Amino acid sequence: MNKVNMKIDGISLYVPADYTILEAAKEVNIQIPTLCYLKDINEMGCCRMCIVEVKGAKALQAACVHPVAEGMEVLTHTPKVMEARRVNIELILSNHNSSCQTCTRSWMNCELQTLANKLSVDTIRFEGETKKKPLDIGVSIVRDPNKCILCRRCISVCKNVQTVSVIDTMNRGFNTEIGAAFGMKLADTSCVNCGQCINVCPVGALHEKSDIDEVWNAIYDPAKHVVVQTAPAVRAALGEEFQLPIGTPVTGRMVSALRILGFDKVFDTDTGADLTIMEEATELIDRIRGGGRLPLITSCSPGWIKFCEHNFPDMLDNLSSCKSPHTMFGAILKSYYAEKEGIDPKDIVVVSVMPCTAKKFEAKRPEMQNGGYPNVDVVLTTRELAKMIYDVGIDFPSLEDSDFDDPFGGATGAAVIFGATGGVMEAALRTAADILTGTSADNIEYEAIRGQEGIKIASIEVAGITLRAACAHGLGNARKLLEQVRSRELDLDFIEIMACPGGCVNGGGQPIQQANVRNWRDIKAERAKALYSEDRKMFIRKSHNNPAIKALYKDYLGMPGGSRAHELLHTKYHERPLYKE
Amino acid sequence: MTKCCNECRAHDDRTAKLDEIITRYKDTRGSLIQVLHEAQELYGYLPFEVQVYISKKMDIPLAEIYGVVSFYTAFSIYPKGEYQIKVCIGTACYVKGAGDILDKFRMKLSIDVGECTDDGKFSLDSCRCLGSCGLAPVVMVNGKVYAKVTPDQVDDIIAEYSEQKKGACT
Amino acid sequence: MIKSIFDIHDIREKTRADMAVRLTPQTPVKEGYRMQILVCGVAGCQSSDSLEIIKELEKQIRTGGLEKEVKVVKTGCFGLCAQGPIMITYPDQITYVRVKPEDVREIAESHIKGGQPVERLLADDGNGKKIMNALRDLTFFKLQKKNALRNCGCIDPENIDEYIAMDGYRALEKVLTEMSPEDVVQTVKDSQIRGRGGAGFPTGVKWGFAASQQVKQKYVCCNADEGDPGAFMDRSVLEGDPHSVIEAMIIAGYAIGADQGYIYVRAEYPVAVERLGLAIKQAEEYGLLGNDIFGKGFNFHLEIRLGAGAFVCGEETGLLTSVEGKRGEPHPRPPFPAVKGVFGKPTILNNVETYANIPLIILNGADWFSSIGTEKSKGTKVFSLVGKINNTGLVEVPMGMTLREIIYDIGGGIPNGKEFKAAQTGGPSGGCIPASRLDTPIDYDSLVDMGSMMGSGGLIVMDEDTCMVDLAKFFLEFTVDESCGKCPPCRIGTKRMLEILTRITEGQGEPEDLDKLEVLARNIKASALCGLGQTSPNPILSTMRYFKDEYIAHVVDKKCPAGVCKSMIRYIIDSETCRKCGICAKNCPAECIHGDKENGYVIDQDNCIKCGTCLAKCPFKSIFNNA
Ligand SMILES: Cc1cc2nc3c(=O)[nH]c(=O)nc-3n(C[C@H](O)[C@H](O)[C@H](O)COP(=O)(O)O)c2cc1C
Ligand code: SF4
Ligand code: SF4
Ligand code: SF4
Ligand code: SF4
Ligand code: SF4
Ligand code: SF4
Ligand code: SF4
Ligand code: SF4
Ligand code: FES
Ligand code: FES
Ligand code: FES
Repeated sequence: MNKVNMKIDGISLYVPADYTILEAAKEVNIQIPTLCYLKDINEMGCCRMCIVEVKGAKALQAACVHPVAEGMEVLTHTPKVMEARRVNIELILSNHNSSCQTCTRSWMNCELQTLANKLSVDTIRFEGETKKKPLDIGVSIVRDPNKCILCRRCISVCKNVQTVSVIDTMNRGFNTEIGAAFGMKLADTSCVNCGQCINVCPVGALHEKSDIDEVWNAIYDPAKHVVVQTAPAVRAALGEEFQLPIGTPVTGRMVSALRILGFDKVFDTDTGADLTIMEEATELIDRIRGGGRLPLITSCSPGWIKFCEHNFPDMLDNLSSCKSPHTMFGAILKSYYAEKEGIDPKDIVVVSVMPCTAKKFEAKRPEMQNGGYPNVDVVLTTRELAKMIYDVGIDFPSLEDSDFDDPFGGATGAAVIFGATGGVMEAALRTAADILTGTSADNIEYEAIRGQEGIKIASIEVAGITLRAACAHGLGNARKLLEQVRSRELDLDFIEIMACPGGCVNGGGQPIQQANVRNWRDIKAERAKALYSEDRKMFIRKSHNNPAIKALYKDYLGMPGGSRAHELLHTKYHERPLYKE
Repeated sequence: MTKCCNECRAHDDRTAKLDEIITRYKDTRGSLIQVLHEAQELYGYLPFEVQVYISKKMDIPLAEIYGVVSFYTAFSIYPKGEYQIKVCIGTACYVKGAGDILDKFRMKLSIDVGECTDDGKFSLDSCRCLGSCGLAPVVMVNGKVYAKVTPDQVDDIIAEYSEQKKGACT
Repeated sequence: MIKSIFDIHDIREKTRADMAVRLTPQTPVKEGYRMQILVCGVAGCQSSDSLEIIKELEKQIRTGGLEKEVKVVKTGCFGLCAQGPIMITYPDQITYVRVKPEDVREIAESHIKGGQPVERLLADDGNGKKIMNALRDLTFFKLQKKNALRNCGCIDPENIDEYIAMDGYRALEKVLTEMSPEDVVQTVKDSQIRGRGGAGFPTGVKWGFAASQQVKQKYVCCNADEGDPGAFMDRSVLEGDPHSVIEAMIIAGYAIGADQGYIYVRAEYPVAVERLGLAIKQAEEYGLLGNDIFGKGFNFHLEIRLGAGAFVCGEETGLLTSVEGKRGEPHPRPPFPAVKGVFGKPTILNNVETYANIPLIILNGADWFSSIGTEKSKGTKVFSLVGKINNTGLVEVPMGMTLREIIYDIGGGIPNGKEFKAAQTGGPSGGCIPASRLDTPIDYDSLVDMGSMMGSGGLIVMDEDTCMVDLAKFFLEFTVDESCGKCPPCRIGTKRMLEILTRITEGQGEPEDLDKLEVLARNIKASALCGLGQTSPNPILSTMRYFKDEYIAHVVDKKCPAGVCKSMIRYIIDSETCRKCGICAKNCPAECIHGDKENGYVIDQDNCIKCGTCLAKCPFKSIFNNA
């Protein structure tokens, strides 16, 4: 790579020619403030917060997108720069519903609040008309246009990363807005509720629909037996909400906290994941042996399911009929567990703590009911759980570890890696390989399908069969992969799709990291690492070896894929139009 | 420009024409705006159904199309009046009193800029320069230019069209 | 189809013969038409029925059996638009103004058949003196130097042969047969021509950047968005001489190595779009556009892209985004379009008038061009003279002419004996020039020194009745309307400035508002993303610079000295002199003058819309306002 000589604030440096000024400044420990920029995702140069003086240029230049050049001289904090940044913050705040005390993003990670403070903005001199628009409240996502600062990160992620493209810029000038066409509600579009837009939003303009109150009400209701289950990815990220380093697994502390909060039982969705593997591996083998429709595509990501319903209705039959792990588990809790413990299922409240906003929508689906009861009653995001922990005043980092409750107890390594891209497939392969060979394989680490590559394709030899498998994470990658499958460019047996880039560790319900962290670190990879290290520490690393699962099939379900399993654990999806017409 | 009350949607042959437009631009890169122009010519405006149709046929997300439509003042998602009055308030016209002309139209038609009279007869818009600045102030009604307009002439212009019969489809 | 260069020579010779009375009016013609009547057929004159006149003329010629002797030609704009429709006869160069269809008969009888011009329809010099040969004797034409407008008002823009006859496509021929792409770029560089559409960037340098990109696909674009309200020179070129732009774009394509061009025209110019479309078609039929032009192995294709009503699409990156069919939002530079433009490929963008000059530079040489104008601004510039000026219309003058010459000598001064107050150049991005600067020679740099800019050449003249605060507010309204909304300084900042100005013009201003305006102006200029935002404070800054006293009058004394800001005006009936005639009450559109002939009349101030009708109508001058 070519390199160039340049100067920033008088410091000479020699940096790659494809650097931006922002990147170059980082090298000399100058963090130029940013607001709209999100590396590789949103490079618009539109917020004018990162402006700097570039010698020879008349106007100030946006460091986030301005390439370096040989001999360039940059000044990052002249009076002209500082005044312009402050005035721009003042202008943004003059058209912002500043209500920090009650805002989801206050204190922790609102980038606007942080910037205003860091830049010592102490008055807003330019007051005037503000736009008051109604909130768009859906089952998963809430949009508050009055807090939106029009950075467009959400659009970029929805359009370029997810290719769902339901939000865009509308109108112009002072009337510019971000939203769905014709001011529609997101619920009336093909939004898949993945929540990726929330994670990139620098302010409180996007957040999950909060269901915390419902959970407290259930906990405080003595007639209710409230059980909670937590998804694998939650433990990899929850600590971040309590300022623990990214990638710190906090499983034990999380279980302790949930007990303190007052849940009657604390279970692990990993149990559901192991169950999913049993069913899905069986389904895969059946389809391969029985000439069923291939490729089989995983179905545990509700963001992906809705995407498939809107965009690939012709491939719905390729979907595994398995429900997602937490709904499977919910179905078991309200049947097997209820029976076993002698509790009326109507009194059981199943709360799922998920890295995911799409699961809020999923839980409300008619498909996710058995015997008139929803499999899962309330879905909380990782962030909401952190809020409840703060609500109660638990000193989370200092908690002692504790274990999940019986009868389901701990899970397997296979289930833990569900939270990362490639994990579901790897878990399924560990089980399928053993079933097919009738032995117990030692080599269970499928490196080819790990990692952050958008589409991973591998041929895997199992018991003399060559399985052509692919993983895609992020719906843009999924779309690309499926189009190749549809056009028969690619011939595959098994596909894993996760709606969120990186998989659930980077789900729309996970702790939010400000851009100044995300721009320089791959948080999804760091969280995934935490999961794989947990997996390695596990005693049992294959789903079919989980004793609780074995017991469940033996006592209650019968065979994987059998009729009871089918009734409780499987479902079918239907085409949806792109827009409510 | 089609003047249409849209009651005839039921037996609508415009979809075929829209198809023809979209097909014609199939191989032209970046042709969305051109298609929208022609679609608006066809329908008089760009309602939801038309945008959805274009979105599907051109494989461009509806949100993006709506973003484009709402960006450009030439496009409208509401039907326009049978007679579209455009008052130029470009600089040349403004310094020659276009503001008063616009006010007079507003008052006489009892509608604001961007609106349409209840009977669907007139819609009023302001625009920035029609390129006839030498004849300022300028008013345009359905493409016909009125030069050096005085407030008194406003009545005449409205009268000229009030007497005419309604559009073709009734 | 033109297969070889000889074909085009033939066409040129043949058409020149047809046009003889026009080209060499002094030389008597032996064969062909003895008289050609040129009628302006572009938008301005069309709106005063010039097409009707053409029809009527043709009818008269037919009924007189003169088809072989007399020809009517529909041309582009002559520049004298305010007096339109304009008609000029050849070879005698009689200039008729304000012709009505019903006058045509008289012209036919008296002039065409009888050789006796109709005197009452002749152009006059502003003082009532009728001028026979206006092209030669009218100061309006005499002081001009027409390069970009060379063919406007001279040829039939819908006839490619007439363009060819005027040495059209000869520059292209020269370029393809005698010059390398490098030569072309060098010639344009040497001419020192600067862009006519905006900031005046050296065109040759721009071409050089694009030419040096080692990329296969490149584009040539033409900015015909002409968004500056009050400017219509580009329209005039497109409607009056479209081939000059097409020829230049082909040359540009050859120079930088592009085979595809886009002309971005605003949709508000339907006639221009139609003429351009026709011109492109004709050029294609002749093989001047397409593959293997002149058999020299060079390909060039041209497409029209319609704008859709967004001023910001005049900004170069906004325009290029719009060409791609998207929201015309600008994006940061670098990368510059010459490196990454339309569809991510190297692209040059030039203004219509810039292109119109290119064939002349190629034919007459760089030295010829750079001998005209001032040290740093070469050539001529077209201005649209509008506002409070007698000869509203288009004029083309050498760079460096003073504003006084343009306004008083060419423009004929201010109507109704009013005082000149200021002239606005550069549109909403520019500023105003006060009377004290009337004698400054006008070029790119002097305008910037005065706090304005050249812009596209709109020149709006204002007289004493203009309120400069109101004017600044008018321009701000424009920018607020036209801001694309991408960056906060422009999206919110201009809105805040407008709110402050509105307060001031409504008598609610406070002294600190002036400071706030300055802070906002300074920071918007410094930090907005594109030229629209960066220049949006200019109208405020320049009016504040030259007319601060008016701001103070509004803010401190709550008075609008020009009597424009309506909330500050009160119309009052002077009961002493009022004769109780009731005329005012009858004429008040708001019906807010109450009273009767017995007790006299009073104005209900709450309902008065300050239209001033009463003041104008009172026969006894008994109504006054407080301005
Ligand atoms: C807000 C804005 C509007 C503009 N509008 C026009 C326009 O209408 N026509 C034009 O030729 N240039 C316009 N320009 C200038 C163009 O950006 C660009 O500089 C020009 O077209 C380049 O051509 P030139 O070098 O031949 O002048 C505008 C610039 C800005 C910032
Ligand atoms: S988004 Fe940020 S600045 Fe706005 S109210 Fe919320 S915390 Fe405060
Ligand atoms: S930070 Fe300041 S404004 Fe916010 S709640 Fe505390 S005291 Fe109030
Ligand atoms: S939730 Fe996902 S699909 Fe819906 S708007 Fe946000 S990013 Fe797009
Ligand atoms: S909703 Fe959030 S991410 Fe989207 S544009 Fe607004 S502030 Fe940016
Ligand atoms: S990838 Fe995980 S977090 Fe994202 S939508 Fe799917 S299940 Fe939810
Ligand atoms: S300065 Fe104005 S027009 Fe230009 S990008 Fe910013 S908001 Fe858009
Ligand atoms: S100014 Fe106009 S509205 Fe007011 S009293 Fe006079 S005529 Fe009536
Ligand atoms: S028009 Fe003049 S004189 Fe007559 S009533 Fe009105 S103010 Fe009096
Ligand atoms: S412009 Fe650089 S961060 Fe927004
Ligand atoms: S300003 Fe009105 S036509 Fe140009
Ligand atoms: S428009 Fe006819 S002379 Fe200018």
